[in-house]
Amino acid sequence: MLRKLLWILLISFPLFAILCASFSEENPTDRRVLVLLDDFAIKSSHSLYFKSLESRGFDLDFKLAGDPKLALQRYGQYLYDAAILFCPTVERFGGSIHVASLLDFVDSGHDLIIAADASGSELIRDIAVECGVDFDEDPAAFVIDHTSYAVSETEGDHTLIASDDLIQSEVILGSKKIEAPVLFKGIGHSINPANNLVLKVLSASPAAYSANPNSKLSSPPTLTGSAISLVSVVQARNNARVLISGSLSMFSNWFFRSGVQKAGSTTKYEKCGNEQFLTELSKWVFHERGHLKAVNVRHHKVGEVDEPSIYRIKDDLDYSVEVYEWSGTSWEPYVADDLQVQFYMMSPYVLKTLSTDHKGRYYTSFKVPDVYGVFQFKVEYQRLGYTSLSLSKQIPVRPFRHNEYERFIPAAYPYYGASFSMVMFDIGFRE
Amino acid sequence: MVSAKMDKSPADLLASPGLASLLKSLKLKTKQQELLIRVSILCLVYVLAFITRLFSVLRYESMIHEFDPYFNYRVTQYLTQKGFYEFWNWFDSESWYPLGRIIGGTLYPGLMVTAALIYWILRFLRFAVHIREVCVLTAPFFASNTTLVAYFFGKELWDSGAGLVAAALIAICPGYISRSVAGSYDNEGVAIFALLLTFYLFVKAVNTGSLAWALASAFGYFYMVSAWGGYVFIINLIPLYVLVLLITGRYSMRLYVAYNSMYVLGMLLAMQIRFVGFQHVQSGEHMAAMGVFFLMQVFYFLDWVKYLLNDPKKFHTFLRITVTSAVGLGVIALGVGTASGYISPWTGRFYSLLDPTYAKDHIPIIASVSEHQPTAWSSFMFDFHILLLLFPAGLYFCFKRLSDATIFIVMYGLTSMYFAGVMVRLILVATPAVCLISAIAVSATIKNLTQLVRAKSKPSPVGPGKGTSSTKASSKGSPDQSMPFQKNGAIALLLGVFYLLTRYAVHCTWVTSEAYSSPSIVLAARGAHGNRVIFDDYREAYFWLRQNTPPDAKVMSWWDYGYQITAMGNRTVIVDNNTWNNTHIATVGRAMSSYEDEAYEIMRSLDVDYVLVVFGGVTGYSSDDINKFLWMVRIGGGVFPVIKEPDYLVNGEYRVDKGAAPKMLNCLMYKLSYYRFGELTTEYGKPPGYDRARGVEIGNKDIKLEHLEEAFTTSNWIIRIYKVKPQIIGGDQLTLSLALRDYTCYGSAEFMA
Repeated sequence: MLRKLLWILLISFPLFAILCASFSEENPTDRRVLVLLDDFAIKSSHSLYFKSLESRGFDLDFKLAGDPKLALQRYGQYLYDAAILFCPTVERFGGSIHVASLLDFVDSGHDLIIAADASGSELIRDIAVECGVDFDEDPAAFVIDHTSYAVSETEGDHTLIASDDLIQSEVILGSKKIEAPVLFKGIGHSINPANNLVLKVLSASPAAYSANPNSKLSSPPTLTGSAISLVSVVQARNNARVLISGSLSMFSNWFFRSGVQKAGSTTKYEKCGNEQFLTELSKWVFHERGHLKAVNVRHHKVGEVDEPSIYRIKDDLDYSVEVYEWSGTSWEPYVADDLQVQFYMMSPYVLKTLSTDHKGRYYTSFKVPDVYGVFQFKVEYQRLGYTSLSLSKQIPVRPFRHNEYERFIPAAYPYYGASFSMVMFDIGFRE
Repeated sequence: MVSAKMDKSPADLLASPGLASLLKSLKLKTKQQELLIRVSILCLVYVLAFITRLFSVLRYESMIHEFDPYFNYRVTQYLTQKGFYEFWNWFDSESWYPLGRIIGGTLYPGLMVTAALIYWILRFLRFAVHIREVCVLTAPFFASNTTLVAYFFGKELWDSGAGLVAAALIAICPGYISRSVAGSYDNEGVAIFALLLTFYLFVKAVNTGSLAWALASAFGYFYMVSAWGGYVFIINLIPLYVLVLLITGRYSMRLYVAYNSMYVLGMLLAMQIRFVGFQHVQSGEHMAAMGVFFLMQVFYFLDWVKYLLNDPKKFHTFLRITVTSAVGLGVIALGVGTASGYISPWTGRFYSLLDPTYAKDHIPIIASVSEHQPTAWSSFMFDFHILLLLFPAGLYFCFKRLSDATIFIVMYGLTSMYFAGVMVRLILVATPAVCLISAIAVSATIKNLTQLVRAKSKPSPVGPGKGTSSTKASSKGSPDQSMPFQKNGAIALLLGVFYLLTRYAVHCTWVTSEAYSSPSIVLAARGAHGNRVIFDDYREAYFWLRQNTPPDAKVMSWWDYGYQITAMGNRTVIVDNNTWNNTHIATVGRAMSSYEDEAYEIMRSLDVDYVLVVFGGVTGYSSDDINKFLWMVRIGGGVFPVIKEPDYLVNGEYRVDKGAAPKMLNCLMYKLSYYRFGELTTEYGKPPGYDRARGVEIGNKDIKLEHLEEAFTTSNWIIRIYKVKPQIIGGDQLTLSLALRDYTCYGSAEFMA
């Protein structure tokens, strides 16, 4: 009895430890955020944005960008889960942070929010270029729009633009529609169409262009129309997320509180869309939304439970996987009808859409093709806004054994007959 | 019998006078004495054949050599651990990733089963041996057995004296030793035994007309088929021999019984080997045997009709009609079979045997192997030594005394010599024939000379030996038998023969110890002070792979090292020495000869985790991947025309220094071989980055790797292992910056356009 108890204890201890560890790892939402500022005035001028983050449980650590004690990691462990760069003019980070270390930070799966601004520094541009975004090369350039600017008392130079050209994705921007246009004043950027990791979230109108408002246009502007992106997001292949905005001021309290009336439109909104837009976007960037996980990949022969180490050609098998979505607080079953599994060896031999029980479990069954080799069960699931799922599990498929073929083939009966008749005649006609 | 009496003479001469006096004191009869001497010589030869092959074990250690033997060893281990049925059905997912290989159906199991049987017997007798020891010593053991077969074969062909000489010659012939030293655990080790056994039994069957010997020869053939692909030689040589006998009017009932029973039973037995299957009835290479089989029936039928008709004129008309229609039917059947695809055409290997230039133009993968190159004269001399001179003399003796048996050995000798000229490795097949024919020459010469010596001491010349001896004497240019110095001349010639034979023994021992006892997986060199330096880099690298990489890691290397990586490193490989899928090898060749980012795409599509290259620039080891590289380009270019050989050459010249082609300097193989080599000074007085294998300073010293990183380099730099950078665990998880580098690359390309 005592021994039994001891055993249970012995087994349950490591189990408990594993459970604890796994729960903390299972929470994909970021917790510790490093905020780098040009000066501490931004902390108060953008306090509404920071408050909304803090109210959602983020632990913000404000630092000056030039602080000589800056460090992203200590003893090989990252100190932060995410970073916000609200320092468009910084020429050089203090401490041990530089472009490469920030990229390593993202490479290891951490998130980043970058706000540039007109007259932004080379450093911020370099980081943006590494993320696949090119800001207008003229540092004095603003995005100018003479048709969809925000109406204000003074006529101005139309650099404060009101854009409502948002990406159509509930996952990124939340389920509640953003009614009011978003105010933007800053530098525009372009993204390369060949790069499918970057998404334009807020685009300029077709009439916009990027130029220095204080000088006369001598040559056609390089960036024009809806090719100009105002706010973009990147989801890397390791599911790290990056937000790049051409304007720091759009995060400010002043923008958050101001009303907006788009030129040529009669509706005047009491409050512009900035707060809702940026808050929802930060939820996405910090993995409060749109984060999927796949667990419990199982496969076995039909009618069996245990996973075999090898399949035979023409075996019937069951495949199942569970997919959950992070809701910000807990894992909820993810429901979709377009999840597919491939049975893959250099090219997919079987491609099947998985059925779901709406409780997170996806399953299907199919016949192993009549080809032997080392196959993989592959699930590649990439949907706008969601983290990409990419599962693969290797399994060899063997041909028939020598005793698994058909035993008596009809075509062979004449030969059986021939040999037996031969034996009979030999015995019968022997003298 | 005359021959029995004559046998004594060479035996006597070989034995020391002390032994002779001992025998005298024992007062044995002459026949008994002769038997005792013969048996003891055979025993000595048997032991000699075994121990002369042990140089490598003494020099290095008991280990498996080269490339293919590692596969055989791995399979044998599997066989002894899991039993025969598991072995028979083994699907190996560790080689040819991701295609896999059905081991049981794609190998000749004879060698493995033989070794496993020896192992099991030894275990049953309570000898606690390791399977590796059995594998290492299998080839020498079978070489010893081959000497016995050679003795009986020689006895069947000529007389027991020739048999003894043949056994002694073949025991130490370098051409055979090259493939049968201890550790050379390859199919040829047992196959030469099986080949000679089959031939001996068949000749015996033809000589006796006995069904039992024909049956035994069918089983010998079955063993040969189970052991080596070279059985095709038997199934073509024997029909050819039968055909020659038919044409020369030597058709007999003995031949009919021997050939038919051997062919039918041998064919049925051979079909039991999975790898061979229905080839005997479906492959063009085996059709000659079937054609001769039907021809034999026609002959038999004609004989019968001739007996019935008893009229030469009628028979001649009948003969013409029958032969024409039979040949016509055969041709039509062959044509229909080939056209319908039932009979497969000749394979490339077969063509390349018949036509030495075929492989060079059509199948680079065959031409790339050094042992498939046409043989140089020097290697004939190296492997045969005096046998090369004795061979024509032996042929002369065979023609002098033509019989069914000597016709066979003449045909075997001539055809195999032709094949030996086509491919270096086929010297092995020619060796038994050369030894046997040379043995006939030696035996006949010595016998004639000793007769001469003895005849002079007696008042009257010996009757039976006289004719041959005079011819012999005149052919050797010695004085006629009436001349006074005949006896002295004979003694001088005898001494000459013994001198030659001694030189042969010395040469063989020297060749064995210097050239053929190197395991090639452990390299030895002479140091500056004459001491021996051992490079054990291969095993170091494979051991590293086994210990430091994940168990399911896939290693890409040129196919030469595939078997060793799976056997010693226990890791999955993309291609290996079983070169069954040319496209897969070409894909690897293409990856090796592409720029790094193109190669990276190929490696990702093959799920490659590690890349292994062999590099001899530091040690001066010349059979490394850079020297093999042009073959990779050729084989890759044979399937993927984007790879063009001229891109890697400068004015048709292959170079790696500053003047090398830009594509050469930046392809993956160059980068992996010379990565960080520019920082290393290899030889005193030479600039850093001096390649000792090619004797030049390399042209690209500043090599940067983007998608790969150096994982391991052995102590003498012979093997370098690189890791493909983003470790793909459970899918293609590429990191951000990498993704963006892809993008910038695309971007610049677009910009350029």
